[in-house]
Amino acid sequence: MTAPAIELNGISKAFGPVQANKDISIRVMPGTIHGIIGENGAGKSTLMSILCGFYKADAGEIFINGTLTPIPDSQAAIRAGIGMVFQHFKLVQNFSVLENIILGVEEGALLRPSLAKARKELQHLADEYELRVDPDALIQDLSVGHQQRVEILKALYRKAQILILDEPTGVLTPAEADQLFRILERLRAEGKTIILITHKLREIMHITDTVSVMRRGQMTDTVKTKDTNPQQLAEMMVGRKVLLRVDKAPAQPGANVLEVDNLRVTDDDGVDRLKGISLNVRAGEILGIAGVAGNGQSHLMQVLGGITPGTGTVLLNGQELDLTGKSSDGRSRRKRGIAHVPEDRQHEGLIMDFSAWENTVFGYDDDPAYQANALLMDNGAIRAETAAKMERFDVRPPDPQLAAKNFSGGNQQKIVLAREIERNPDLLLVGQPTRGVDIGAIEFIHKRLVELRDAGKAILLVSVELEEILSLSDRIAVMFDGQIMGERLPGETDEKELGLLMAGVREEAA
Amino acid sequence: MSKMPKWADIVLIPLINLMLAFALSALVILAIGEDPVEALILMVKGSFGSTYGWGYTLYYTTNFVFTGLAVAVAFHAALFNIGGEGQAQLGGLGVALICLYLPWPHWSLALLGAMLGAAAFGAAWAAIPAWLQAKRGSHVVITTIMFNFIAAALLNYVLVNLLRPPRAQDPSSAKFPEVTHLPTLHDILSPLGISFSKSAPANITLFLAIAACFGVWLLIWRTRFGYQLRAFGKSEPAAIYAGISPTRIIMITMLISGGLAGLMAVNNVMGEAEKLVLNATEGAGFIGIAVALMGRSHPFGVALAALLFGFLYQGGAELALWTDIPREMIVVIQALVILFTGALDNMLRMPLERVFLALRSEGK
Repeated sequence: MTAPAIELNGISKAFGPVQANKDISIRVMPGTIHGIIGENGAGKSTLMSILCGFYKADAGEIFINGTLTPIPDSQAAIRAGIGMVFQHFKLVQNFSVLENIILGVEEGALLRPSLAKARKELQHLADEYELRVDPDALIQDLSVGHQQRVEILKALYRKAQILILDEPTGVLTPAEADQLFRILERLRAEGKTIILITHKLREIMHITDTVSVMRRGQMTDTVKTKDTNPQQLAEMMVGRKVLLRVDKAPAQPGANVLEVDNLRVTDDDGVDRLKGISLNVRAGEILGIAGVAGNGQSHLMQVLGGITPGTGTVLLNGQELDLTGKSSDGRSRRKRGIAHVPEDRQHEGLIMDFSAWENTVFGYDDDPAYQANALLMDNGAIRAETAAKMERFDVRPPDPQLAAKNFSGGNQQKIVLAREIERNPDLLLVGQPTRGVDIGAIEFIHKRLVELRDAGKAILLVSVELEEILSLSDRIAVMFDGQIMGERLPGETDEKELGLLMAGVREEAA
Repeated sequence: MSKMPKWADIVLIPLINLMLAFALSALVILAIGEDPVEALILMVKGSFGSTYGWGYTLYYTTNFVFTGLAVAVAFHAALFNIGGEGQAQLGGLGVALICLYLPWPHWSLALLGAMLGAAAFGAAWAAIPAWLQAKRGSHVVITTIMFNFIAAALLNYVLVNLLRPPRAQDPSSAKFPEVTHLPTLHDILSPLGISFSKSAPANITLFLAIAACFGVWLLIWRTRFGYQLRAFGKSEPAAIYAGISPTRIIMITMLISGGLAGLMAVNNVMGEAEKLVLNATEGAGFIGIAVALMGRSHPFGVALAALLFGFLYQGGAELALWTDIPREMIVVIQALVILFTGALDNMLRMPLERVFLALRSEGK
């Protein structure tokens, strides 16, 4: 029997009082794809950082191909044939692909021989794994999917036999993700060992051979993928039964809350981002916008949220909104009853260095209830209100003084939701409500959105997760290239049909 | 969770940095053949050993509190106002015009008038770079530096050609009228039976500086504008999402910052010189940057850091007076303090964080 490509034996790692990894043992056979899933903070990234030499384990042993291999630093990891593809790429944007590939492994004082060698090797790799990238293209001109290929090529150029990918599809479109999976299958066929870290159950089921589940720093179990199912994996991750489908009654839609007609946006570079959008959202219904990221959904949310200007007509409860930005901004939209959970939680929705209580009044800080007198804010009252909100939205830990950056992704999102939903808006704009959010929190967030709908509010939902769109929406509009490709009812469509619309194929043509 | 206790971050690290700066300074003094211990004693005695020394130390401290606060306020909005020097010089012009050309019945009213003039001129000088930043995207670091030079040239012209009394030789304004002279610490303390040096320049502006510290603290952490200012400083996209206008924040913040820098002139022009002279600020605007860095942009920290630099200024003057250590050596010591407390701040932070982590895991 062959030795495992990787064998971890009793790995433990603590950061101060926090036990990030506790007595973890796994074996990954060569030529397989091994998934590691777990909620945010379960210890997945710590474990992989130990394998890559970024952290040193407090205890435990690492065997590579059957030999005990200590990995004190990242150079040792490269020597052991381990390559890592990070969630956030480590590429020099204005360097070419070739230059990025040889970065750190240049041979000799002159660049030219190294570049020539890399070019040849790159051609070789491209033929072998069908990993095609233009070697002379600048990174900044490449799509995200191609940038990721460069990262994989970098690892292969360094003779990696074991590839670790950390949440590789988080930034990819569905089509790009499919391409990535084909590449991974090809690599597996060539005998490479792949470790895939993700929290997406679908990917695990789709591509892995074996899967390990982590929870609170410990390895809950390792199973063969074909012997398990998403429901079971979710339970192992969270430690209790989880509702993967959203439980909701049929919508009782009322009058139109939002009416958008011929909405157009041109960005600073003169590119048309919205090319005449028309849609409506009624009270008591969720309109889901499906689409591959970057097809104008973000611009739609930003115009409606008062962040960027546009042209066209937008009516809220029959009253026209100012789209020029001259007499409107995020604040005036809120006053009109539009709440906005932005797509980019970390840069827009929250101020990461601010405490939870400072974040729960963000955008609403002109409310007289938050003023102690004409000059000063009533910080005590805000803190008390925040504590109550955190209780109602099950934010953990329920500490209003804690900075936003110290909460997990799910709890950060709950803070944003608590702020926006509890204002009782007529219309809620929600962008990527569960991006980077763990399964337990997803269930809670979905429940809250449905509750708001049932309270007779209108919700405009933008998400790149088709599953989320399908299970939450009462109607689905598909966006492609700044246009609405069509509307469907979730019960009368499927991922395949939506996928075609998302790719810009109209039914008449298909 | 933070890696270090708060006290270590706020107290321990600046203290160790300071010690390192002083240790290196001692080596330099040794190298030129002088006795560092003697030098230190002389500096401490010269700045804290008498009410005369205190009077000068506190006078410098007052200057640095204003310029330090000016930089600190702008820092919270992620604006780096390097123009404190020019804004303080313009503040001096405001003070001079108010004191020279308005008939004041009493010093207290003149003080109020001068404060308004100083703040208004300082703020106006900051307003142009602020507007350029907000509307044209011209980086405020570059423009405020350039405005320092423009301010110096402007003051030169105004003093030589406009404010200089006829037939006077030096480029300075006429002496301000007697009624505008501010009470010194001697004047304030002697009715209370405390004797304080009559010739030291520290004056009532010191209390104004203390009040300014408290005011800035309130502004930053207790008012809605302060909240928006900090939000903008931490994340501009988030501020725009919330409906906070970047233009408004940049303009108002820079006006406050420039106003604070301008207020320094009440101390040095009205309180000390009692006339406007060329280069009245003597670099205090630049010291303000170091003071704000060392004080972590917190008004209390700014006050402490200002006191430290007040000590260095006064102690340094004494050193040059009584020893063979050249005046330039003081600049070296000040530079080392700035280098260690400002620029090299992170050098110590990482190893110390590791020490605290190790201590914590052992204590478990």
